[in-house]
Amino acid sequence: MSLMGQQPHSEAIGYSFPQSTNAPIKEHSFYPYTDNGGSTLGITGADFAILAGDTRSVAGYNINSRYAPKVFKIGGDDETGDGAHIILSVVGFAADGQALKERLDAVVKMYKYQHGKPMSVRACAQRLSTILYQKRFFPYYVHAILAGLDEEGKGALYSYDPVGSYEREQCRAAGSAASLIMPFLDNQVNFKNQYIPGSGEGHALESKKPEPLPRETVEQIVRDAFTSAVERHIEVGDGLQLMVITEKGIEEIYTPLKKD
Amino acid sequence: MDKLVAQYSRAPHQNEFYSEQEQHDLTESLPPISLKFNLPPVDNSRSWLRAMTDDHSNPSCPIKLAHGTTTLAFRFQGGIIVATDSRATAGNWIASQTVKKVIPVSRLSRGEDKENNAPVPGLLGTMAGGAADCQYWLRYLSQQCTLHEIRHKRRITVAAASKILANLTYAYKGYGLSMGTMLAGMTPQEGPALYYIDSDGTRLPGNLFCVGSGQTFAYGVLDANYRYDLTEEEALELGRRSILAAMHRDAYSGGYINLYHVKEEGWVHHGFNDMNPLFWKTKLEKGEFSNVTSEL
Repeated sequence: MSLMGQQPHSEAIGYSFPQSTNAPIKEHSFYPYTDNGGSTLGITGADFAILAGDTRSVAGYNINSRYAPKVFKIGGDDETGDGAHIILSVVGFAADGQALKERLDAVVKMYKYQHGKPMSVRACAQRLSTILYQKRFFPYYVHAILAGLDEEGKGALYSYDPVGSYEREQCRAAGSAASLIMPFLDNQVNFKNQYIPGSGEGHALESKKPEPLPRETVEQIVRDAFTSAVERHIEVGDGLQLMVITEKGIEEIYTPLKKD
Repeated sequence: MDKLVAQYSRAPHQNEFYSEQEQHDLTESLPPISLKFNLPPVDNSRSWLRAMTDDHSNPSCPIKLAHGTTTLAFRFQGGIIVATDSRATAGNWIASQTVKKVIPVSRLSRGEDKENNAPVPGLLGTMAGGAADCQYWLRYLSQQCTLHEIRHKRRITVAAASKILANLTYAYKGYGLSMGTMLAGMTPQEGPALYYIDSDGTRLPGNLFCVGSGQTFAYGVLDANYRYDLTEEEALELGRRSILAAMHRDAYSGGYINLYHVKEEGWVHHGFNDMNPLFWKTKLEKGEFSNVTSEL
């Protein structure tokens, strides 16, 4: 008989063992995933594409690494990444992300050996979709973003759900802080809810048309997005890995973020 | 003895890495749109998948898949109108507002939107339910349709194409696929043809369908104003207005209105337009949506 003559509610805070002894036997189910947290983000411009990710790796509340990259060069040299012309970011379960990256990397290399020319970003994007869908019934726990330059030399960015539905976009944030970053990107890159001052009264007010941004602006937006996400999300921080792809090649930039 | 020899003549870890076939599959660079899928190593893979990905029965599922929403298509005197919204949701999160839910099927070049307004021959498929399921299986269908075109030197009928898809979804019944799709097209054999196919294996021919969580709202407007002898302009406007009604009342629908017209020569794209200016235009100029205030 408990205090007040009532059965203690099972969810009430207790000072004894959390589970009563007659609790049902816990069923251990097959759970092959861990959420390693972190966030990634990609933005395109007229002649470049940027993919960025923080470098923290977490499991629950534990920070297991402060430098675990989430952005990879695809189809280049194994060690240095030289010769790559496509970049991939993966966020979610790092092991699945690694496996996916390696599989895509093998496919892009085989394509070059068999066809004697590098794989186009469009073809690679479609191929990544089928790779993800091959595991439709045992999914890769990842949100992937693929970037490169298209046939006309314009920045190209493709975003994916875990089972391979994909879309070409101007910008995309993925991972745990996506819900913090994406609204910021809608406003700053696609100019959502921005209007031209004095263009009309009330409902006649004209909205601002999006246009490709210069590289300096985009880089600053990426940095701002991450420093802000670090302030409000526990799984984001430590370092910012930035990859910029232009016709000259891929440039990798690392900058520190707060480590708390 | 032979058994003993066989047991020890193999490298000790030979079976722990990928088999030769698996290695080949891994490095094969042709896109294997195939029926070979990885399955999780559990007895009941269906319920496992549901526990992981079905946010309807398990809101805290770890993998949230993108879902599509309001789509409609109807036959009329001038052909078939196909219209969709463009929102994709993963739980309560709006994953995208710019999804292309009308997917061209059955062309050697898949008829990506061209600059000029020339009609593109081929079928149109719509996407409701799991975005990846629709994208993948409609692509698989266009592969099958293209092969049909090469083998038989004529385009596949909508009836045959829809049956390929329906047989496929029926074969995967219970595996957790989620798709409600409409196939629209015009062929010399059957004229304008419209079919509804879903992941249960249903396949229905018909004149008018709305599919997705906003279907009831779209049906309300469409049924009230539909006539077979609608002009092309009227039909396009009705498709647009029905989607707008669904976007207004269904939280899982929104974004842009994607409009297509299927004619004898092929399909024509009639724009991918933001719903917001259209909504205010409909309200302020036609006096509809009077439940909404326009005060600022």
